Amino acid sequence: MPTTSITLSETPLVGTVLRRADDALVLGHRLSEWCGHAPMLEEDIALANVALDLIGQARTLYAYAGEIEGSGHDEDALAFLRDSRQYRNLLLVEQPNGDFAETIVRQFLYAAFADPYWRAMTASTDPRLAEIAAKAEKESAYHLRHAAEWLIRLGDGTQESHHRAAGALEALWIYTGELFEVDAMERAVVETGAAVDPASLRATWDATVDAVLGEATLTRPAGLGVQTGGRSGRHTEHLGHLLAEMQSLPRTYPGATW
Amino acid sequence: MYTQALNARDAVAQPLSAEETAKSAAFQARVDDEQRIEPNDWMPEAYRRTLVRQISQHAHSEIVGMLPEGNWITRAPSLKRKAALLAKVQDEGGHGLYLYAAAETLGVSREEVVDQLLSGKAKYSSIFNYPTLTWADIGAIGWLVDGAAIMNQIPLCRCSYGPYARAMIRICKEESFHQRQGYEIMLTLSAGTAEQKALAQDALNRWWWPCLMMFGPPDGESQHSDASTRWKIKRFSNDQLRQKFVDATVPQAHFLGLTPPDPELAFDEASGHWRFGEIDWEEFRQVLAGNGPCNRDRLRVRRKAHADGAWVREAALAFAEKRRARKADAEKQAA
Ligand SMILES: [Fe+2]
Ligand SMILES: [Fe+2]
Repeated sequence: MPTTSITLSETPLVGTVLRRADDALVLGHRLSEWCGHAPMLEEDIALANVALDLIGQARTLYAYAGEIEGSGHDEDALAFLRDSRQYRNLLLVEQPNGDFAETIVRQFLYAAFADPYWRAMTASTDPRLAEIAAKAEKESAYHLRHAAEWLIRLGDGTQESHHRAAGALEALWIYTGELFEVDAMERAVVETGAAVDPASLRATWDATVDAVLGEATLTRPAGLGVQTGGRSGRHTEHLGHLLAEMQSLPRTYPGATW
Repeated sequence: MYTQALNARDAVAQPLSAEETAKSAAFQARVDDEQRIEPNDWMPEAYRRTLVRQISQHAHSEIVGMLPEGNWITRAPSLKRKAALLAKVQDEGGHGLYLYAAAETLGVSREEVVDQLLSGKAKYSSIFNYPTLTWADIGAIGWLVDGAAIMNQIPLCRCSYGPYARAMIRICKEESFHQRQGYEIMLTLSAGTAEQKALAQDALNRWWWPCLMMFGPPDGESQHSDASTRWKIKRFSNDQLRQKFVDATVPQAHFLGLTPPDPELAFDEASGHWRFGEIDWEEFRQVLAGNGPCNRDRLRVRRKAHADGAWVREAALAFAEKRRARKADAEKQAA
């Protein structure tokens, strides 16, 4: 196993699967950073649960991406031996944890998308993706409920929590447009029926966001955020640090098995 | 094992009234008969105090113990290891929760005992004041620290206090899983490259002696053992458990091709035990006194998490209160 990054033959299907795998891994990694540092023991455990689900989703997606890519890259090669320009995740999920409000807002905005995404993907014409979606859908329903309940508590809790939640929403909103982005590569996969068009989930996402923000007494920022680039490997500065930490051992000890 | 008897000696017992003497005798008879004591049963005040101290120390150890291993969650070298380590650290948090709940059955709140941890008044296991410097430390902790925890905790599954005994049964199942998982990391490293094997040996060198210290001071110096033994909270002495651990662990080290860092370690044919060298009790005392490698960091991190989370806990309470008030209003309207 080389320490330099791997090179992939990225067909549209490989690319589409990698995007979802990277979303799940990067967000799972972020949530795992909370373990031992959460506001209460129950949340150490709950956030670790969500992180474990996401890392599990990433693993099955990477395994599948490796198979269809066909050059023998396993889940670890894909996770640990691609650099930030090769990562395909949403900018939203790589944003640092910040305070608990930022973590919850990030989680909510993502889960409000991921939950209907995986539900729709259970009808994928690709049997493996449909199978992965069937499991992910159950998990994402819990992730959405957990994040929404917290967002309502924070928004409608104290003045301070309301203020922090509103600030987090304001700060992270800029990354929301990317959720619904479809490029030519992914369009080709959508046309085969193997993947769902993210843009088609916009109305469901809007309804969830409006309902929860309403209950949380938070004001929805206008429109959708405009910052994108993650899907084609143009990330914020944060991802490089995350990967440097995450990938340090496999890159330091080339060829070792752990 | 997170139950080193460490704290200051209890205040001298007050003389008992005739009624209390009778209750006390009946209590001891039940304990001798191996009956479980339950939260609503009468118990001597010193028994309650001893249990509160031991169970809350044990809970704190689980919580502080999340930190050294948590240090490697973001750097685990494969996705499988990452998930396993995260799940393990999460289990330790769950152990903390059950144990705080068991302590609550004795009439102390979680807030109260957590405050004692954060103020530095309550102790936790000395082992978690050592740093995790390499990935091999994650293997060594699972193998040795969880291994030592099991040695100590299996007898606690028969502890006279029902809620503690039941919590321990649940916890022990998970600890043995952690122990196997840690040993498996060590096996992989030992069978790996020369560098990986060196990491494994280095981790054993650093964790071996602190793990032997986990069983607490030598018999005779331990302050709580006598009463705890009579009450069937403790069933084996510190030295007995330590010997059991060494006997179980040395062959495991040899199987890995690793050598415990003790030139005096030798098998005694006559007794069937592994004899080991002198433990540096001065190091142990220093760690207990707050001068271990990580004491300050561990407490600082716990205090920071607690302080940073204060506004979240307040928000949750405020929201619950609002929701209650709204519900009451709605009911009034309906009536
Ligand atoms: Fe534990
Ligand atoms: Fe454990």
